[in-house]
Amino acid sequence: MPVRDYLRERFFPHMWCPGCGHGIVLNALLRAVESLGLDKSDIVMVSGIGCSARISGYVDFHTMHTLHGRALAFATGVKMSRPELSVIVPMGDGDALAIGGNHFLHAARRNIDMTAIIMNNRIYGMTGGQFSPLTGYGCFGTTAPFGNVDHDFDVVELATAAGASFVARSTAYHVHELFRIIKKAIAHKGFSVVEAMSQCPTNFGRRNKAGSAVDMLETYKDRTVALNSKEAGEAPEKLRRGIFVQTERPEYASAYEKMIQAASKGN
Amino acid sequence: MRSQTQFVQFVQGNIACAEAALYAGLDFFAGYPITPSSEIAEFMARRLPQSGGKFLQMEDEIASLCAIIGASLTGHKVMTATSGPGFSLMQEALGYAIMTEIPCVVVNVQRGGPSTGLPTHVSQGDINQARYGTHGEHAIVALTASTLPDIFRITVEAFNFAETYRTPVIVLLDEVTGHMRERLDIPADGEIPRVGRLRTSVQQGVDYHPYLPREDGRLPMSDFGDVHRYNVTGLFHDMWGFPTENPKIVYGLIRHLTDKINNNADQMTRWKEYYLADAPTVLISYGAAARSVLHLVENRRRRGEKLGLLELQTLWPFPHDLVREKCRQAQSIVVVEMNMGQVLQQVKLAVHDPEKVFLANRIDGELITPTDIHNLIHVIHGKGV
Repeated sequence: MPVRDYLRERFFPHMWCPGCGHGIVLNALLRAVESLGLDKSDIVMVSGIGCSARISGYVDFHTMHTLHGRALAFATGVKMSRPELSVIVPMGDGDALAIGGNHFLHAARRNIDMTAIIMNNRIYGMTGGQFSPLTGYGCFGTTAPFGNVDHDFDVVELATAAGASFVARSTAYHVHELFRIIKKAIAHKGFSVVEAMSQCPTNFGRRNKAGSAVDMLETYKDRTVALNSKEAGEAPEKLRRGIFVQTERPEYASAYEKMIQAASKGN
Repeated sequence: MRSQTQFVQFVQGNIACAEAALYAGLDFFAGYPITPSSEIAEFMARRLPQSGGKFLQMEDEIASLCAIIGASLTGHKVMTATSGPGFSLMQEALGYAIMTEIPCVVVNVQRGGPSTGLPTHVSQGDINQARYGTHGEHAIVALTASTLPDIFRITVEAFNFAETYRTPVIVLLDEVTGHMRERLDIPADGEIPRVGRLRTSVQQGVDYHPYLPREDGRLPMSDFGDVHRYNVTGLFHDMWGFPTENPKIVYGLIRHLTDKINNNADQMTRWKEYYLADAPTVLISYGAAARSVLHLVENRRRRGEKLGLLELQTLWPFPHDLVREKCRQAQSIVVVEMNMGQVLQQVKLAVHDPEKVFLANRIDGELITPTDIHNLIHVIHGKGV
């Protein structure tokens, strides 16, 4: 099936700014779905609020555009009531880790089978450029006009510690790698976290002298390195990309079905 | 004729509510522990898996309501249960369920507030929160009851209203009715009607409009995961479920959301009445307070004092017409409740002469007693303290 058949074309053009990385993430996501041969009616996409969350309007799946930060909680209800469905949850960095931080930790802890894609542009874009939990110390936002004194999370370490059984990171520059990672994340049985670094030239780039969208993409190329690559050994200061965690442990919905079988016997 | 019963129990009101939810067809519950509602979650944790249903203990009340909304969208009957602080946390998702028209039932076993307040004591302080707690213009359905059989029936009806009007319905219990033990006869199957999900008859391949009401105002649903793929959003949306800022569509949707409840208020009005026919003094009450009122009314009747009781079970949409009608002959109207007059305000709006409406209340965490009410009526009637 051509990738465009997964889109609701009548709702284009999309609302993302020129140069935004979110369209690239959407592209990688749809190619991953297409490559896995998933039926559109077997996929539910649940999103929260923000630029990232608008992705759910453009895809021809069952789509639920919910509340800021709460996408994983809604998705948990969908998955547990119909475990056969594939559930994909795109989130922004503020969406997933500030207002939705608790839901994120607990979804990871339960190891519920869904794919959380954190479209990390390091800023609250839709509201005009306020700093997020991933903006980083010393960076600038409309609410950090003198430089941010909030430290940032490392999404990979956070997700790993919380119990996610698949944890990966890639960027909008490394679109083929991102596609392969998202494909593995969707296929993985358990809670999968993909940090997709995605440039926001409008609201992060402008205030942080990060240059144009192209400059920001090139920064992803220059300042990141594939995990376990030769270059990684030579450049410890660069941010790692790749699959950090891929383990098997009891998945929540499956474990629940087993519990139902045990409980029904005692009935 | 005595009803045919499945079995008889001596249980708490919370359990009556939980049993009623199963009777209504509930098979998905998510919740978070909170006094005085936790018995409902504990019941569900044991009973639902035994029949293939799901009970989830979520990370908080926010996630609990979100999770059941998600499960409702795949076609399940769903409920959560909480108390004041948790109900406060649920207000955001309550608005989402209203806006997206996803059926669900939210039980609030009221305790003393504000804030953490009195976790183990009774209150009826959340009547207005149930109505106005979530932001924006909206309508809501909220039911209450004072006996276990009535808790059972109004809980089943809460599920029925949720499905019929595609709306969240709030069941307002209180610490006393929730923890009070008395006889509960579980009605036989079919004794209380059950309303199932209205699903679309639109076939695969034909355009399904999830938010295009039929002529009767109802919107047939399609389960997430079935053949129709559509969008659901908390933004103002068109008939496809896609965000819009078109003023005509915004206006139409907000009227639809409020009219579908308010124009059907008569259909949802539930009440009980005792000795109203010849009563110059009408007491209006609900929930645990109504038990004390009924005790007093029957006691005073034996002494020749003509008191009557109008016990409200539907609090929202408020039955103004019913109250006006039942109070037509009354010389004085006394609203008995455990708050500062939340239902009192509505009664004053309903009756022809608001000067005749008085409040008999208790707000110290203790159940209002028949003696309390008797003394207050004495004062109201100018007979001294």
